[in-house]
Amino acid sequence: MRVVISNTAGVPLYEQIKEQVKAAILAGELREGDALPSVRSLAKDLRISVITTTRAYADLAREGFVTNVQGKGSFVLPASSELVREQLLRDVEDGLTAALTAARVAGLGRDEVVAVLDQLLTIHEEGNQ
Amino acid sequence: MTTENALAVQGLTKSFGGFALRDVTLTLPTGYVMGFVGPNGAGKTTTIKCLLGMLRIDGGTVEVLGRRVDAGAPGPADDVGVVLDRPYYVSDWRLDDVESALRPFYSRWDGDRWSSLLDRFELDRRRKVKDLSRGMGMKLMVAAALSHDARLLVLDEPTSGLDPAARDELLTILSEFLEDEQHSVLFSTHITTDLERIADYVTFIRDGAIVSTGTKDDLLDAYRVVRGGPQDAPPPGTPGFVSTRRHGSGFEALARAEAVRDLPDGVVVEPASLDDIVIHVGRASDGAFDHAEGSL
Repeated sequence: MRVVISNTAGVPLYEQIKEQVKAAILAGELREGDALPSVRSLAKDLRISVITTTRAYADLAREGFVTNVQGKGSFVLPASSELVREQLLRDVEDGLTAALTAARVAGLGRDEVVAVLDQLLTIHEEGNQ
Repeated sequence: MTTENALAVQGLTKSFGGFALRDVTLTLPTGYVMGFVGPNGAGKTTTIKCLLGMLRIDGGTVEVLGRRVDAGAPGPADDVGVVLDRPYYVSDWRLDDVESALRPFYSRWDGDRWSSLLDRFELDRRRKVKDLSRGMGMKLMVAAALSHDARLLVLDEPTSGLDPAARDELLTILSEFLEDEQHSVLFSTHITTDLERIADYVTFIRDGAIVSTGTKDDLLDAYRVVRGGPQDAPPPGTPGFVSTRRHGSGFEALARAEAVRDLPDGVVVEPASLDDIVIHVGRASDGAFDHAEGSL
C-alpha cells in the first residue's frame, strides 16, 4: 500500500492517510478483502504516532471503506457499499458547490453553468473512450 | 504481565532547594509515546528521577508499569530502560566491559541482542565510554535498554546536542520499539519537532507544575495561530487570546480555538505547532499574556 505524507500540506496526518487509502480503494488498487498494514506497522513505517494512525483507520471504518476486526486487522470492504456511495455523492456535491461559488463570483448565470458542465461531461466521456 | 498504564502519577510533590514539583499528575497508557516538554528548569528531570525512584518523593503516588515506586526504593529495573543525556557508565569502561557490568543486574539480559545492536549502531566494542560521541553514547544507552528487554523506555533529553542524523536514527529506533503494543516511551525534550509526529501524548510542565497533559492531537486542536493587520488586533485581555505580539504592521497571537470565531476578513487563522504552543503558553501560563512592541 502506498502512503506518502507531507509535513507541509496543512492537512492533518490522519486525514492524509485516510484520503490516500480511500483513493487506493476507489482506484481498485486495494480490493475487497485485502488487509491493510496493522496500525502499529504503518505507524512504524511512517514514523508517526499510533493514535494518528488509529484515527485514520477508525475514520475509514466509519465511512464504510474498511472493517476493523478486533485482533485480526483491517480489511477493505466492497467499494459499492452504501456508505461509500453516500460518501462519493457527498464528494460530488462538495465539488459542484465549489464550482457554483466560483460561478457566482464570475457572474455566470444558470444556463451558462449548465453549458459548462455539459461541455465538461462531453470531454470526459470522450476521454474515457 | 500487562498493565493498562505504563505510568500513572498522581499528585506528585517534591521540593528541594528553591525548587518544587507541585501536584504533578500524568498518565501514559501502555503502548504509546508521551512527549514531556517544558523549558529548561521546569522540572522534567526531577519528575523523571522521581519516576525512577532516584529521588524520594514528598507526596502523591507514582506507579510504573503497575508497580508503586516507593519513596527512595528502586523502580522495576528489568522492565524500564533509561536513557539520560550522557552515558551513566564508568568512563574508562570499554563497551565489552559495559556488558559484563550490566548483565548481572538484569534477569532477561540477551547477549546476542546486545551484539547485534552494537553492530547495527556501528559501535566498536573496544572503544571506551568516554571516547564516544554524543550520538554514540545515546545509542549505547538505547542498546543496553533494548538488550534487557525493557517494556518502558524513559529518555531524558536524549536528543540535546545530537546532530540531525542521530536524532533521526533515534526516532527510527523508537518507532520500531513501539511496534510491540506492550512497549511505551516517555521522552523529555525541549526540541518539540522531535515529537510533532511520533508522540501520542504530550505533557507540558512549567515551573514545577503541569500546564497541560493529554493526547497531542487534543493539544494541537485546542489552539490556533492568528495573524492580522494593526486594526484587527484583539483588545488586551480578550478571553482566549493566550499571547499577542503587536508590531508596526499587525499582530500575531496564539489563541484558544474557540476564541477565533467571528474575526474580521483578512485575518489569517492557522493550526498551531507544538513549538508555538510551548513558547506562547509557557510564557503566559500564569494568566493572559499580552505585550506590545513599539510601532515602527
